[in-house]
Amino acid sequence: MKKIELNDVSVSYIVGDFSNVGLKDVIIQKIKGTYTQKEFLAVDRVNFAIEEGELLGIVGTNGAGKSTLCKVISGIMRPTSGTMAVRGNIASLLELGTGFDGDLTVKENTFLRGAMLGYTREFMNDTYKSIIEFAELEEFQDRKFSHLSSGMKSRLAFSIACLVKPEILILDEVLSVGDGGFRKKSEEKMLEIIKGGATTILVSHSLAQIRRMATKVLWLDKGKQMAFGETEEICDKYEEFLNKKK
Amino acid sequence: MVEAIKEQIVNLKRHQFLFEELVKRDFKKKYKRTILGMLWSLISPLMQLLVMSIVFTHFFGNHKPHYTIYLFAGNLTYSFFKDSTNGGMNSLMQNANIITKINLPKYMFLLSKNVASLINFGLTLIIFFVFAACDHIPFHPRFFMLIYPVLCLIVFNIGCGFILSALFVIFKDIQYLYDIFTLMLMYLSAIFYYTDSYSERVQQIFYANPLYVYISYIRHIVLDGYIPGVLTHILCLVYAVGALAIGALIYKRYNYKFMYYM
Repeated sequence: MKKIELNDVSVSYIVGDFSNVGLKDVIIQKIKGTYTQKEFLAVDRVNFAIEEGELLGIVGTNGAGKSTLCKVISGIMRPTSGTMAVRGNIASLLELGTGFDGDLTVKENTFLRGAMLGYTREFMNDTYKSIIEFAELEEFQDRKFSHLSSGMKSRLAFSIACLVKPEILILDEVLSVGDGGFRKKSEEKMLEIIKGGATTILVSHSLAQIRRMATKVLWLDKGKQMAFGETEEICDKYEEFLNKKK
Repeated sequence: MVEAIKEQIVNLKRHQFLFEELVKRDFKKKYKRTILGMLWSLISPLMQLLVMSIVFTHFFGNHKPHYTIYLFAGNLTYSFFKDSTNGGMNSLMQNANIITKINLPKYMFLLSKNVASLINFGLTLIIFFVFAACDHIPFHPRFFMLIYPVLCLIVFNIGCGFILSALFVIFKDIQYLYDIFTLMLMYLSAIFYYTDSYSERVQQIFYANPLYVYISYIRHIVLDGYIPGVLTHILCLVYAVGALAIGALIYKRYNYKFMYYM
């Protein structure tokens, strides 16, 4: 059975006038009749389907719409048009380092994030120690979160998030966290979850990683779907495209 | 069927943990973990009360009995409304970083903000009773009826918070406009003046202001010594449920549209 299926999915953001000006200006512009609302197609008619246990790699340059597409699949956003079917419980790890509170301690932030990811208090009490150990932050537990280095922050974020046991896993640039040692450890941990049978979507700028791990590849450029298919074929095309651009 | 109920219970429990953690966060941030921080949020309305009381009794020559308590009742309600709705307004944008990354029920952020305001209000209410006792208004069993307007006010605040937070996502200048609005509301809520010098008609118009209805309910109980009529009760409820219904509708309808603006 198809685990994830997208048909002509588009997402448009509203940009320009609306997001910058306030209510006062909108009213004045409406009276004057100069009010315009621009839309920006971040994802433009994307189609693909993957089976259970597959690993889809998404490639594309900055601003290709990869992150927006991940948000749509995770259910954070709804597509503006098109239909999609996602079967199974989803865990999406998007831009892990953000959304923490700088004023709270590392421990408090760990519990808060755990709660957001849907863990129970008992589970957090039980696993808290191993999270901190995995993140190698034992000495920093009662420090303010804002005092951590950015590498430490993403290490903590990854350590909390990787405890999930989902059917569908969405990874947006999370396999390039921390220094060399931690990167290896985190990749192993992720592989463990993927090998457990999770259908995975992996966004990465590392083509080598995509070639090594993905079973299918989707290539996006400026929101448009350039290609979808077998890993080697698409990766070669994408590489060629990147080389031509230089 | 049993499975569905089980799932609902699990869901509820999961959100309970999140809710508790959010309340803790908002509380810690509000008071900066200091006793002084907590005291300050009590001192500031009291200072305001002191200034108002001096200005209106000495400069404007208002010498009605229990005037300070009259002022306090108005100020207490108004401050709670302002604090709660301001917090509510910011609740979505302040957490934009989380909302755009993790799929969570958005109302949780607003509710946890409201808990912090409510605790503050509860503490001020205790001081209010102490002041009243000092002003020879002893505690009376009738005071328990205050639960009704307070509950309505809480619901009303949450409803207004929903509406404001949704507006704030789209219109970034709403906070300045709302500041002006609350200032206007303060003057229109009869916090420091009496309405009985106005004609019957004008007095009725005052009831179009929800805040005035809640304030006068509290004053009737504490100062005038009687429980207001059925009509006032209905009005309290209508305003509260109305605000909540509009707010909930907006959230339900625009839940996913918020994302396009964040």
